[in-house]
Amino acid sequence: MQTIPVQVMDGADVRRAISRIAHEISERHHGAESLVLIGIHTRGVPIAEGIARAISEFEDVHVPVGELDVGFYRDDLDHRPTTRLGRTLLPVDVTNEIVVLVDDVLYTGRTIRAALDAISDLGRPAAVELAVLVDRGHRQLPIRADYVGKNLPTSHQERVTVRVEAMDQEQGVWIERPQS
Amino acid sequence: MKHLLSMADLDRAGIEELLDLADHFTEVLERDIPKVPALRGATVATLFFETSTRTRLSFEKAAKALSADVLNFNPSGSSLSKGESLKDTVLTVQAMGVDVMVVRHPAVGAPARVASWVNCPVINGGDGAHQHPTQALLDALTLRRRFGKLDGLRIAIVGDIRNSRVARSNIDGFTALGALVTLVAPPTLLPLEVNSYPVATSTDLDSILGEVDVLYLLRVQLERGSGPVLPSLPEYVARFGLDRRRFGLLDKDAVVMHPGPMNRGIEIGTDVADDPRALITEQVSNGVAARMAVMFRLLSGRGQP
Amino acid sequence: MTASETASVIAIHNARVLTPAGPLDTDLTLRDAKVHSLSAGKAETHLDAGGALVGPGFVDLHCHLREPGFEWKEDIRSGARAAAAGGYTAVVAMPNTSPAIDSGHLARFVADRGREVGLVEVAPAGAITMGRAGNALAHLDELFDVGVRLFTDDGDGVADAGLLRHAMEYLAERGGVIAQHAEDPGLARGGHMHEGRVSSRLGIRGLPSLAEEVMVARDLALVALTGVRYHVMHASAQGTVDLVANAKRSGLGVTAEVTPHHISFDHSRVESMEPDFKMYPPLRTEADRAALGRALHDGTIDAVATDHAPHAPYECEVPFEEAPRGVIGLETAAAAVNTALELTPMLLFERMSVAPALICGLSSQGRWVEEGSPANLVIFDPDTSWVPESFLSKSQNSPFRGTKLRGKVLMTILRGCLTYQASS
Repeated sequence: MQTIPVQVMDGADVRRAISRIAHEISERHHGAESLVLIGIHTRGVPIAEGIARAISEFEDVHVPVGELDVGFYRDDLDHRPTTRLGRTLLPVDVTNEIVVLVDDVLYTGRTIRAALDAISDLGRPAAVELAVLVDRGHRQLPIRADYVGKNLPTSHQERVTVRVEAMDQEQGVWIERPQS
Repeated sequence: MKHLLSMADLDRAGIEELLDLADHFTEVLERDIPKVPALRGATVATLFFETSTRTRLSFEKAAKALSADVLNFNPSGSSLSKGESLKDTVLTVQAMGVDVMVVRHPAVGAPARVASWVNCPVINGGDGAHQHPTQALLDALTLRRRFGKLDGLRIAIVGDIRNSRVARSNIDGFTALGALVTLVAPPTLLPLEVNSYPVATSTDLDSILGEVDVLYLLRVQLERGSGPVLPSLPEYVARFGLDRRRFGLLDKDAVVMHPGPMNRGIEIGTDVADDPRALITEQVSNGVAARMAVMFRLLSGRGQP
Repeated sequence: MTASETASVIAIHNARVLTPAGPLDTDLTLRDAKVHSLSAGKAETHLDAGGALVGPGFVDLHCHLREPGFEWKEDIRSGARAAAAGGYTAVVAMPNTSPAIDSGHLARFVADRGREVGLVEVAPAGAITMGRAGNALAHLDELFDVGVRLFTDDGDGVADAGLLRHAMEYLAERGGVIAQHAEDPGLARGGHMHEGRVSSRLGIRGLPSLAEEVMVARDLALVALTGVRYHVMHASAQGTVDLVANAKRSGLGVTAEVTPHHISFDHSRVESMEPDFKMYPPLRTEADRAALGRALHDGTIDAVATDHAPHAPYECEVPFEEAPRGVIGLETAAAAVNTALELTPMLLFERMSVAPALICGLSSQGRWVEEGSPANLVIFDPDTSWVPESFLSKSQNSPFRGTKLRGKVLMTILRGCLTYQASS
């Protein structure tokens, strides 16, 4: 099936979105004390690092960044064989901290549900919030993002691809639409 | 990969994939709540037709850490001793609804036959003198943690290799990962046609002590293998036992491994077994992670056509 | 239809007939249980051979019909049906039944039952020792008097050389054949497959070729001493072939047989751990397999014999080490040999029919087709391929299941009556 990728955010757009999210987080929490950013593998991690870097540029604080792989918490293991797993590494104990989960794309919400289960096995945060670069709609669970880089209405046939400089050769967001 | 019946069925990439998965599970096992819901709702059946407490417990712990339920089948109290065939027994267990079976049996090839009769994945927990693949995985995992990689690692396997499924699986596993394996045993305990194996051999333990990175000791088996294959136990201990003197001749970074259970004072000196360079307890804890990796790998994607 | 009914006159058209002078494309007519003429005459039944070979029905020197005593595996009726489907018009039934065929009346029971069934000539073999226990001679006289000519303790070899010598001296004088299942008990003990590279990797106790060769070598010395006719059963090793070749060169009355599976497979097939590849003697190396094929080709090995050894399906649903030894083979024998080796039609029938008939003394079998020869025939198409999936035998333990074979039995005729006809 032929697909045509259409770029909807370029590298600079992504950078600006990350910067804006960083400011929103900082504003809501009156600074960035007692915050932990946790990136969900794979691309949530470099985005979380990007947010932490942005925050450190205008606040005098170093926000700890963790990594979380939710492979062991998915509810659809029967149907999707395991893809490459990333490590789970928390720089601090999350108990009593405010955790901001970070992911690249928010879609059905199942990944976030799995991440919430994982976080609750790892500790008892004071609160959990969610930051995503792209919200493409079609939630199957009552999950919503607190911070959104871009709202992107899509259909199920479309595919959203995110690339970040830290991992890929380029940076941006593409939608692939199947050719009719 | 539908079953895990033999290390010979795995290539290097397949082994490394399982070891990588096991690393993730090691992290899970170190948490306050050492459990993930990955196999919640799945049932793991252990069918051990040969006594073994430690391996069965290891599989059971691994299953529970994945939130699976466990059914233990113990032949001595069961209908198998009333003459029910192996096939009927496994079909009965299958009918109760199991998602994976772990089979240990004294006859070579029994897990393979079970795999041909049932629909679910089968893990070989040890069949006769043939294979014990999860043991080889945990041994490889232990060495990878200790040395970073196995390429070029000089490993000597010592003992009754001819009758050892641990040895056969480890020969496959270690060589696949690039290690250099030497088998050390009296001639009656080396495998037949050993020249067809990708290993070196020696009948003199003392001559190789200074040139190995890993000394892997097999237990002297009194229950498997028939007839007088060893001239005498004291002679075996004198020639092949790792006593304190021999331990002192090892390279300072060399390590000692043993699949357990140990015969202290026979293949391994009692104080040697407790030395920090003996990795036996690490092997045991790595065993749970390795078995979690195998179960997880076999059961993910199981609903797919 | 059985051959005990009055045979009708049958004309077979379009055949490649194997005559004493070689293959001849012609028709033939059968009447009164004989070949009446090599032309199409007036007949009640007309059959079209479609260009296939018409030759003497195959003769199996070695099969286990399991009756009396083991009828859940096979019986004389089901075994005879399987034999007819494989193109056989005569089989030698092994005596390791329960009770063993060590007395005249038991041999008579088997022969009578075979006649009653009427699908194949069943010639019972007699045991060498009472109960096949290896301790005292069987009633060789009685057996000989009821027509037994081939004597064996098959399933076991006769380990006691002194006892074997007595049996040989007796039969040398009377004119029977001693057929030995060569398996030295000490060397073979505990073994389940060929002792070699594969058994070593699998961790399975092996059976060395020496277990067979040692007994054959010993027996040949006794043959030289006694002058008895001696037949090596199911040869499996190159060493055995060499011993037989030497013995023949020295002028000893020695013959040998090989099974279709031993010229088709080697021990690497056992890696599947399926009991369909477990038999005694075991499948050995590729070099052994090739040597056996060459020996069958050049006549060092005189005959093909199936060693058809049925075991019920549930008996085979066990781990390899626990499975009983033996595989069936009547229905696939000709096709398997035709697939494994390049044999001319005359040579194929020589090995599968003519030589076996001579060895066991069945005078109305194994005769090249000519006017007046007995109408014990098989119509065999050497070119058609097929894949055996299920068998007429009560047992299904065949290593050829699912294997493409070239050569198909179209019809089998015993004493002028059709005992088997392939469907479609």
